[in-house]
Amino acid sequence: MSVAVRAAVALAVTTGRLRLPHIDYLSILPVMVMVGGGVVILVWSSLLRRPLDVAWVSSLTVLTATAALVLSLFQWDSVLTSGAHTHIDGAVVMDGASVLIGVLVSSAVLLTAMVGDSFLKREGVEGPELHVLLLVSGAGAMIMGSANDLIVIFLGLEILSIALYVLAAFDARRAKSGEAGLKYFVLGGFSSAIFVYGIALVYGATGTTNLPEIAAYLARNVLLHDGLLLAGLGLLLVGFGFKVALVPFHLWTPDVYEGSPTPVTGFMAAVAKAGGFIAFLRVFASSFHLLAPDWRPPIWVLACVTLLLGAVVALWQQDVKRMLAYSSINHAGFVLLGLQAATSRGVSAALYYLFVYSVMVIGTFAVVTVVGGRGDRRHGLEAYRGLAARQPLLAGALTVLLLAQAGVPFTTGFVAKLEVIRAAASAGSTDLAVVAMGSAAIAAFFYLRVVLLCYQPARPVEGTSAPEAPQALGGPTLALADLGAEPSSSLPGSVALAAPVPEGLGAGQAGTLAAVAVAEAEAPTVAAGGAEDETDPLPAGAVTTIVLSVLFTVLFGIWVEPVASFAAHATLLVRP
Amino acid sequence: MSVPGSWYLALSAVLFAMGALGVLVRRNVLIMFMCVELMLNAANLAFVTFARMLDDIGGEVLVFFVLVVAAAEVVVGLGIVVAIYRRRRSVVADDLRAMRG
Repeated sequence: MSVAVRAAVALAVTTGRLRLPHIDYLSILPVMVMVGGGVVILVWSSLLRRPLDVAWVSSLTVLTATAALVLSLFQWDSVLTSGAHTHIDGAVVMDGASVLIGVLVSSAVLLTAMVGDSFLKREGVEGPELHVLLLVSGAGAMIMGSANDLIVIFLGLEILSIALYVLAAFDARRAKSGEAGLKYFVLGGFSSAIFVYGIALVYGATGTTNLPEIAAYLARNVLLHDGLLLAGLGLLLVGFGFKVALVPFHLWTPDVYEGSPTPVTGFMAAVAKAGGFIAFLRVFASSFHLLAPDWRPPIWVLACVTLLLGAVVALWQQDVKRMLAYSSINHAGFVLLGLQAATSRGVSAALYYLFVYSVMVIGTFAVVTVVGGRGDRRHGLEAYRGLAARQPLLAGALTVLLLAQAGVPFTTGFVAKLEVIRAAASAGSTDLAVVAMGSAAIAAFFYLRVVLLCYQPARPVEGTSAPEAPQALGGPTLALADLGAEPSSSLPGSVALAAPVPEGLGAGQAGTLAAVAVAEAEAPTVAAGGAEDETDPLPAGAVTTIVLSVLFTVLFGIWVEPVASFAAHATLLVRP
Repeated sequence: MSVPGSWYLALSAVLFAMGALGVLVRRNVLIMFMCVELMLNAANLAFVTFARMLDDIGGEVLVFFVLVVAAAEVVVGLGIVVAIYRRRRSVVADDLRAMRG
């Protein structure tokens, strides 16, 4: 950039005219479409006397995101045929990774827009702001993904973050939402400032902010006094650490995830993490690849702490959104495994992980949005007790998505975890791979806890078989037996069975059967409890998102090839 | 008499450290914003100094990007602060305790 800018300024001084760089519009078209769509919605709604109908806003957002998705596929075609290129004087790059992030972000906006539609209708909020901010913030993540210059990464980061600060504080009626927005803003601003100072130091040490030029500079020169450069790199690491929530810098995450409106939390978990990590990968794994011996050990430590702390602290969270916040920290640790490997394989494993995780997490938060009910308040674990009896499909979807996050085979989550662990092992970080497997085992506990809770009967409302209740809720084994023997959807049917069965097995048959029988004896209270909760009809938009994400997770978990080869081709311009 | 560039760098480092310390120590949200601004301007000073030392105009151009972003950030941040102040009549971080952590 610097050389080009200098040339441009020199030319402007001598001839009085500015030399404009050639712009290949395909490289920035998805971003332009996203921002343009947002502006169109905003202008249109301000021209009307009454607030624009939410259904219109959502459809336009879905349309815009689809257009961006299609354009990203055109970019993919161009990358496959003519290879990776930089555009606009080297400020923007179009390579496999930038296309992957474009596809990821536009699908995330698409999925979240539908959840947002259901959310706004339920809360009775009108106006286009939520969807417009989703589009703008998505555009920021796309810019981050296709940035080829540290300052462009910074611009993308800020476009992403500033829109997210507002989104976090969006729900004006809940005090927690405003608090989440403020906390995110203060810590986000702090981390951005650290990031900019890091850029300044790197610029001072190398004389450029352009990523390939930095790589070339490092290849040409042997630095005797590299303190300035390493300090800059350290500050960049801290800045990225805040954005993607690595452990010493994760303190904002649980509060912001808990306080933000639930659809926004899902979007934040998917897009902010993906945008942050892609730039993280680009800067560390490709530009500063020659300094890998310097940055791999600290990242090893960060990955270790992030994996363990994220999994362990999540175990005693009583709020599902806080639990998922710690789970997202744990996932960040897994993605870091791919970065720590510092190989092409590690990068594509990390990108695959980000891609499938974003779909999973948006689906999970869509379920949480529906369960949260009007006012977006019911997020305690108790709200999930007996969900399978009240809304079997929702509970089934949640089961699939949480098991996928836990990394159960035949889901994309399993393939993703396997790939990053293999990448880490092949890069010689076997110890880190072992830690990751251990943390996956710990993490499985808290995912299973929620799943089991869904399939447990609701708490007896009053005076029903008090001595039997502790037995039925006694432990995970009983609940597991219940889970295995009794598919969720047939629970209403079991109500009819429940009355005769306890007498039939009263003589003391096999333990499992007895457990099932005891659990079934509770079934009438399930029905009673279920009837008391006013079960809202499932909102169409959120259900579409849930169905799409479940289908994606299972289908591409079994048929691994397409997404895996997409990620394998999604290489960086300067390959590690 | 010309001041050596390293002095400017030292000044920028001091400003940056003051800002970072302020964000961590001060409890009034407005002061915390000001400290973030101080950190950003410390970075700007470093950019300009490096641009001078490297004889490269790129660094001076970067300052404009940072300034614009800082302005946008302040607009949004003050908006959030006003929204919270209307609800609670306080902008002290310790009063924001609806959530743990």
